[in-house]
Amino acid sequence: MNQLKEKTEESLPILFPQKLAMKAMAILRLALVFSILTSFSLLAGSSPSPSTELQIVTAERRIDLTSHIVKVFLTLKVENIGESPASEVLLAFSPTEADRLAVVKAAASAGKKKKKSYVPLDVKPTDLPDGPNGTKYYLIHLLKPLGKGEAISLEVLYILTHSLEPFPVEISQSESQLVYYRDSAKILSPYPIKQQATFLKTPTSRVESFTRVVPTDRANTELRYGPYEEQPSFSYSPIIVHFENNKAFAVVEELVREIEISHWGSIQVTEHYKLVHAGARHKGAFSRVEYQSRPNSGASSFKNLLAELPPRVHSVYYRDNIGNISSSRLRTNFKKSELLIEPRYPLFGGWKSTFVIGYGVPLEDFLFEAADGTRYLNYSFGCPLAETVVDKLTVKVVLPEGSKNPSAVVPFPVEQRTERKYSYLDVVGRTVVVLEKSNVVPEHNSPFQVYYQFSPIYMLAEPLMLTSVFFLFFMACVTYLHLDFSISKIKQT
Amino acid sequence: MEKATDLLSSSQSFFSLKSLKLKTKQQELLLRISILGLVYILAFITRLFSVLRYESMIHEFDPYFNYRTTLYLTQKGFYEFWNWFDSESWYPLGRIIGGTLYPGLMVTAAFIYWILRFLRFAVHIREVCVLTAPFFASNTTLVAYFFGKELWDTGAGLVAAALIAICPGYISRSVAGSYDNEGVAIFALLLTFYLFVKAVKTGSLAWSLGSALGYFYMVSAWGGYVFIINLIPLYVLVLLVVGRYSMRLYVAYNCMYILGMLLAMQIRFVGFQHVQSGEHMAAMGVFFLMQVFYFLDWVKHLLNDQKLFQAFLRITLTCAISVGVIALGVGTASGYISPWTGRFYSLLDPTYAKDHIPIIASVSEHQPTAWSSFMFDFHILLILFPAGLYFCFKRLSDATIFIVMYGLTSMYFAGVMVRLILVATPAVCLISAIAVSATIKNLSLLVRAKTKPTQAGSGKGTTSTKASSKGALDQSLPYQKNGAIALLVGAFYLLTRYAIHCTWVTSEAYSSPSIVLAARGAHGNRVIFDDYREAYFWLRQNTPQDAKVMSWWDYGYQITAMGNRTVIVDNNTWNNTHIATVGRAMSSYEDEAYEIMRSLDVDYVLVVFGGVTGYSSDDINKFLWMVRIGGGVFPVIKEPDYLVNGEYRVDKGAAPKMLNCLMYKLSYYRFGELTTEYGQPPGYDRARGVEIGNKDIKLEYLEEAFTTSNWIVRIYKVKAPKNRW
Repeated sequence: MNQLKEKTEESLPILFPQKLAMKAMAILRLALVFSILTSFSLLAGSSPSPSTELQIVTAERRIDLTSHIVKVFLTLKVENIGESPASEVLLAFSPTEADRLAVVKAAASAGKKKKKSYVPLDVKPTDLPDGPNGTKYYLIHLLKPLGKGEAISLEVLYILTHSLEPFPVEISQSESQLVYYRDSAKILSPYPIKQQATFLKTPTSRVESFTRVVPTDRANTELRYGPYEEQPSFSYSPIIVHFENNKAFAVVEELVREIEISHWGSIQVTEHYKLVHAGARHKGAFSRVEYQSRPNSGASSFKNLLAELPPRVHSVYYRDNIGNISSSRLRTNFKKSELLIEPRYPLFGGWKSTFVIGYGVPLEDFLFEAADGTRYLNYSFGCPLAETVVDKLTVKVVLPEGSKNPSAVVPFPVEQRTERKYSYLDVVGRTVVVLEKSNVVPEHNSPFQVYYQFSPIYMLAEPLMLTSVFFLFFMACVTYLHLDFSISKIKQT
Repeated sequence: MEKATDLLSSSQSFFSLKSLKLKTKQQELLLRISILGLVYILAFITRLFSVLRYESMIHEFDPYFNYRTTLYLTQKGFYEFWNWFDSESWYPLGRIIGGTLYPGLMVTAAFIYWILRFLRFAVHIREVCVLTAPFFASNTTLVAYFFGKELWDTGAGLVAAALIAICPGYISRSVAGSYDNEGVAIFALLLTFYLFVKAVKTGSLAWSLGSALGYFYMVSAWGGYVFIINLIPLYVLVLLVVGRYSMRLYVAYNCMYILGMLLAMQIRFVGFQHVQSGEHMAAMGVFFLMQVFYFLDWVKHLLNDQKLFQAFLRITLTCAISVGVIALGVGTASGYISPWTGRFYSLLDPTYAKDHIPIIASVSEHQPTAWSSFMFDFHILLILFPAGLYFCFKRLSDATIFIVMYGLTSMYFAGVMVRLILVATPAVCLISAIAVSATIKNLSLLVRAKTKPTQAGSGKGTTSTKASSKGALDQSLPYQKNGAIALLVGAFYLLTRYAIHCTWVTSEAYSSPSIVLAARGAHGNRVIFDDYREAYFWLRQNTPQDAKVMSWWDYGYQITAMGNRTVIVDNNTWNNTHIATVGRAMSSYEDEAYEIMRSLDVDYVLVVFGGVTGYSSDDINKFLWMVRIGGGVFPVIKEPDYLVNGEYRVDKGAAPKMLNCLMYKLSYYRFGELTTEYGQPPGYDRARGVEIGNKDIKLEYLEEAFTTSNWIVRIYKVKAPKNRW
């Protein structure tokens, strides 16, 4: 870690040449010069570097560790101390964080406490070269450039998955689950931060251990790091928090959602889940008598999950490849439907379950016609299960037979391709728009659109086909009965 | 064809003249076709009770194997299926699936599936499997109609179709989800018989070829084909004896036997049994006898001398019989002709299995039939059956002789084994249909006699003319007509009762999948115990892919099909020693059992336990059979060790060996801590109604891996051997 710090400090001058005078350059090593040169050349070739001079006046970070999805709320006050106006603000993430990053959202806040208003801002991963030690950047586009001496308040939310590492790795039924969370006490940023503090919220007050970076304080379920004053850019001081977390570590390894549109009035959704308990693995025996009689036995296991489905959902089923699973409950009201699903057995650490949820929703709720006559489906993208991470999500939109020019509009980057599927009575097959995304969290449950052109005449193709088949059949019967195929007339007895 | 044109012309006249008036004949035809159509639909939908009550799923034990093989067939294709060596069962022996099953059912379902797929019906193979049996039951009603028509008249055919459509004896094996060989086999059986009777009646090669093909389908579908290959020769023999030999019979039997035999040899599981096994020798003997008969007939025709022929007859017969006996003797002695199998013996002698083959006797459906189950499965048919026999004897023909023989022999077998009620059902339905049809026809003729006295003579056949003459005779009696009306009402009442009974039995008794158990809760609500699938799915998801599971053989097919794990023994009880080894492990002490399990590479042990729910067909209640079967091969296991004064108990008074054997320990492990019923001490076994005798069970070599929510299935993990140091 020491080395990392050295490196960050050493490479600073390259990114911010203005600071050259401020920073002592005493320990610059020969080996590093080489890398600096290369990074220079890279910088020259790529997009403009964050040459504007920004600093963060105050930064507050609140890390929510109460579930297995780590949510980080970052409040930044950014000030432009340079000459040129700045229209972009960079966020820095360590490489491990960047791999586990599911969502980054930013908003500019204005106004005082009660009358705060938020303006969502565009956040994108940049193609800037990595910072020191492979630091990855995300770029926030400000709505209007920040002039000299101006400041702006930014609210950033980012979500990390798979960031809680169970330790011990294996636990028995009676033990509760302890996890490690690794982060930095100081906020990683390409800008110097004048004042900052980090708060971690643990699910229970049971915290086995935590790294101290003075000043550090702990009260009940809250851990505070900071306030730290006048931290240079790229400050990093690793911390480990070891605490109890018995929340359901429900991870869907693979989810395939198939949304089939029928212009006869219904949208059929089928979701194939591969669920796993990603917490500390279960070790030794599973005792049913203890599980039944002791409330805290198997504390980290979970036996049901809540799926939020659209309102007016109908013909819901919940099954797996050996049949129907009878333990599920559906509550519907006009705003939403809730399906409480219970896998066949309680899921302990490392246990898996696969199942299928299917339901139909009325067509008019989700299919609309655009002004130019194209139709579009407007449906929620993510996984309907609450508090789950989906490692790999595939959304397949099966368009009706005969639809043309499909295109998908998704608010975040996804992989797209098309397939062909044959269903009941299909001749040419249906176009399937396949959208793939990894590392999906409930925050991805935002609507996406698939536009396509469809002529209603195709709706009649299948009924016409069926009637003509029957017609031909009866005609064949009639013809057969009118013809005589016998070679000689023999009187049958 | 003629009738169809009638229908056509009737519809034409219907449309052209715009009048609803149809000719009587057309009306009759329309009525007949609509009744048949309704019966066809009825036969299908009455079998869907199980889908409505539970879900579209495969039932019981054997159907799971059939489903698994069908799945394999549809996924991998026919040749892979045919050459399939299944290493997931009978570990470490494995099983050659292609050579040890009747592929008819799987091929049928796969064929239907492929056709539907080709027609772009995106059905799942499970749906096809679930609905195969009802579909074939519907087809059986059609065959029954034609058979009844052949035996008696169209009325009897219709009644037979209606009776067989809802007869519980048949429904028990053909509800939706009961994806078993019998489902298609009864159709094939009846079809073969019908075509053979038709062939005998017409002497046509085409019909007998059809019959041979029907026989081939039957052979490919079910081991019960042995019944056909013995009944038909017996029938032919009877016809020969009663002097009804004819050229028609000669053609029908020879063609059917030779072609049927050659076709049947194509089924690998049957192979050369038709010429090598004792069970098939009767057919061959009758075949040769037919040739001798034909030869004699020819010689008689040539000789024209009665005395000379008599001498010739004597010599030929003696020669033929002695050659036959010598051939049979030599064949049997040299081992070329295999002796009768145990199953065949147990059919002829109901007590045989109990004394010699415990594995056959341990299956509940192989028990001799109780009277109550006859009543349950046949209801009024049981009374109508003798009446129908009476009518058959009154109008004796080749066809009625056949149905009488079929009825009588299958009734005997039905008495020997519960499951063979199924084979008797078509015969009982047909014969009863004759009784119903003939009675109602006679009675309605009596009722209508006054209004249409001329019509009475028009009916053909002995019964109707007799009835009409009777009617003419008793014209003077004033109560004749009223009596007939009363009897008709009585008959309809009986038939109504039959329909009600059948529906009730179907919905209450025969629609349970036995994988999912349903019970009535305290408030009259329905409680579902889905523990089997819970356990199998747990096995499937949370154990290593190559884990070996040891359980009693009943659950083998289900574990491989639903749990997707290797089993030691399963319901294909081909290796008695292997099953006995498992029985021995279950009835030994834990350390001895551990040695056996280590030698079989067992990773998990699965037991079924009903002590919490009161589910009585669990492993503790089956345990004595394990002891018996284990003891049959390994004399170390002695049944008296598990009994106290000849009594089987699990409470404190149980035998010490019982209280400490593996099965007892696995069933009751930590059960002593659980209170199952209010007002009873902990460890009260609800299935047997006693407090268990050993509450402090310690396991040394195994650990509890999973127990389902109602404790019905318990899975234990066999621990790895301890380190030596």
